[in-house]
Amino acid sequence: MNPDASQGAAAEEDLVQLVAPDGRRTDGEQAAAYRDRAAHLGTDELRAMYRDMVLTRRFDDESTALQRQGELGLYPQGRGQEAAQVGSGHALHPQDFVFPSYREHGVLQVRGVDPVDRLRIYRGTEHGGWDPADHNVHLNTLVLGSQTLHATGYALGVQRDGLVGTGDPQRDTAVVTYFGDGASSQGDVNEALVFAAVNNAPVVFFCQNNQWAISEPTSRQTRVPLYKRGEGFGIPGVRVDGNDVLASYAVMAEALERARTGGGPTFVEAYTYRMGAHTTSDDPTRYRERAEEEEWALRDPIDRLAALLRAEDRWDDAWAADVEAQADSLAERLRADLRALEDPASTSMFEHVYATPHSQVEAERAWFEAYEHDTAQDERDSSREAAR
Amino acid sequence: MSTQTMTFAKALTAGLRASLEADDHVMIMGEDVGRLGGVFRITDGLQKDFGEHRVVDTPLAESGIVGTAIGLAMRGYRPICEIQFDGFVFPAYDQITTQLAKLHYRSRGAIRLPVVVRIPYGGGIGAIEHHSESPEALFAHTPGLRVVSPATPQDAYDMIRAAVVSPDPVLFFEPKGRYWSKGEVDLDSPVATATSDGGTPDPLGQARIARAGTDVTLVAYGPTVATALSAADALAAEGTSAEVVDLRSLSPMDVPAVVDSVRRTGRCVVVHEAPTFFGAGAELAARVTEECFYSLEAPVLRVGGFHTPYPVAKIEHDYLPSTDRVLDAVDRALAH
Repeated sequence: MNPDASQGAAAEEDLVQLVAPDGRRTDGEQAAAYRDRAAHLGTDELRAMYRDMVLTRRFDDESTALQRQGELGLYPQGRGQEAAQVGSGHALHPQDFVFPSYREHGVLQVRGVDPVDRLRIYRGTEHGGWDPADHNVHLNTLVLGSQTLHATGYALGVQRDGLVGTGDPQRDTAVVTYFGDGASSQGDVNEALVFAAVNNAPVVFFCQNNQWAISEPTSRQTRVPLYKRGEGFGIPGVRVDGNDVLASYAVMAEALERARTGGGPTFVEAYTYRMGAHTTSDDPTRYRERAEEEEWALRDPIDRLAALLRAEDRWDDAWAADVEAQADSLAERLRADLRALEDPASTSMFEHVYATPHSQVEAERAWFEAYEHDTAQDERDSSREAAR
Repeated sequence: MSTQTMTFAKALTAGLRASLEADDHVMIMGEDVGRLGGVFRITDGLQKDFGEHRVVDTPLAESGIVGTAIGLAMRGYRPICEIQFDGFVFPAYDQITTQLAKLHYRSRGAIRLPVVVRIPYGGGIGAIEHHSESPEALFAHTPGLRVVSPATPQDAYDMIRAAVVSPDPVLFFEPKGRYWSKGEVDLDSPVATATSDGGTPDPLGQARIARAGTDVTLVAYGPTVATALSAADALAAEGTSAEVVDLRSLSPMDVPAVVDSVRRTGRCVVVHEAPTFFGAGAELAARVTEECFYSLEAPVLRVGGFHTPYPVAKIEHDYLPSTDRVLDAVDRALAH
């Protein structure tokens, strides 16, 4: 089966692309409206995106290395998806709220979630890692698609709060949920589309089609291009080149503005590629061809933005060296601070199960504490040790 | 004091109304809860009085109802979700167990989800399949959820209000077979709330002695409290004094209340409609055995549903724990 059979043909013609893989700006009619959305982005903004993409990739590389060294139990690689995530992330306003899946390292980078906090879940010291209210970013959701309903509900709350269509860009609020081509098959995603559509909720469904759901190609999830998935629900869809940071920004900016101004939900399909493995436990050589990976490597999102910056004389070697230095220090800090994370106390497992005291949890905690205490004092331990 | 005689159903409606009046972030959402007032009319008149904004007819998708309720709660709302029937909670099972139950824990307390999921449950109404089940143990087995079931109109009124103000998610199991039973309800009773330091009794976790007795303890909750009371009446006529403990809550379970009773009576029979296999009664039997071992005159016995799917309506009376089956168990306990 050709993995791209259901979408390959449509992929190119329907794709919103503002920057070609060689770094030149496109001039097609189709993307004209989106071109305007990105027109105000000057050197500073483009460099900021470049920086976030480089830092995201370094985070990815370093996290992968840390997993190989045994410092992380697992790590889901995001390599190749930096433009989709950083571009869409830059279109967000501070008051907007993000519901990620678990591969959105670039979005978390843009939102300012601390890199060490992002890895606590993979280090095994926390199930979460940060307070969602600090950056308006919900915790990772590992059950595929569940967060699309949370995002929709949150958006319904925003709507009830009267923060849609006020005309004040400082107040109007949008919600975005990130998910993938695999999750698009989940019932929850489809229910979220229903709830969002009938309520005209201010939510953007940002689907990163990275071509692979672990080992299953997108053709195992859909017979029509994913951006058309919203149509039957009454939700407009758009397919953007997810390796083009400008296009990802522009398409997201439009979708967010539609949400904030009362225009309702949008389904965005960011057409991209998972250059790495699903996670560090995965082995893509078992299910996909090297040639495909090499073909996508030619469309590397960071190379593309670098080429644009150079083509437009926005590149500066000293600045680029500084970005690399920032990446180096990020990696250094990750290595040091991650290893320095202290294991939580055993009794912390009993904390926050409930917001108010629950007699079962309290009784079990009391038993455990007494057991630990007794065991620690138990002289038999040492005599057993001696007997071995 | 404003005490009225009303049905269990009307007491629930009154409790929901009081909750909507007390806090404008409280909202009701579910299938047919608006104009229709719910298939059991528990939300009757509430949309008319509080508006479509507060009492929301949702799409027919249970996972969507609970999943969006989680998002609304994260935004500061207090959703009360109605699941139309017990057997239809399963499409929402994923959201309830993997998300609703866990987010407070995962976020180390940063996210509070004061969501109530109301579930009419239990049998005896001659219904078709999926309309008579008792899945409460599945949720009591899930850390992070509170699981309660009122047995009387007063408790229906009090416990729904306590559930709504609880900062924890509450699975609120309503014994649908008792909806039309009547009782006295004090509409001025205060709303029970918890303090975070545990300085007050758990407002949702306290069992009550429904009938005092000395010879045997019958433990029940929800629909079987009436069954246990009826058995106690019959036993009284035979000269046996049965104490009836209404658990009210399965998570947490008020084990001390049961233990206190069994230490006095020496015998314990647990009654619920759900299958006994891996059911609430199994947990209770284990706990009572652990804590009352030297007071027990007989093994803890269970009366409940069988390990079969809920049977067809024409034979459901043979599945449900009846007064006779409870009396049979008490006889066996007394025979020791």
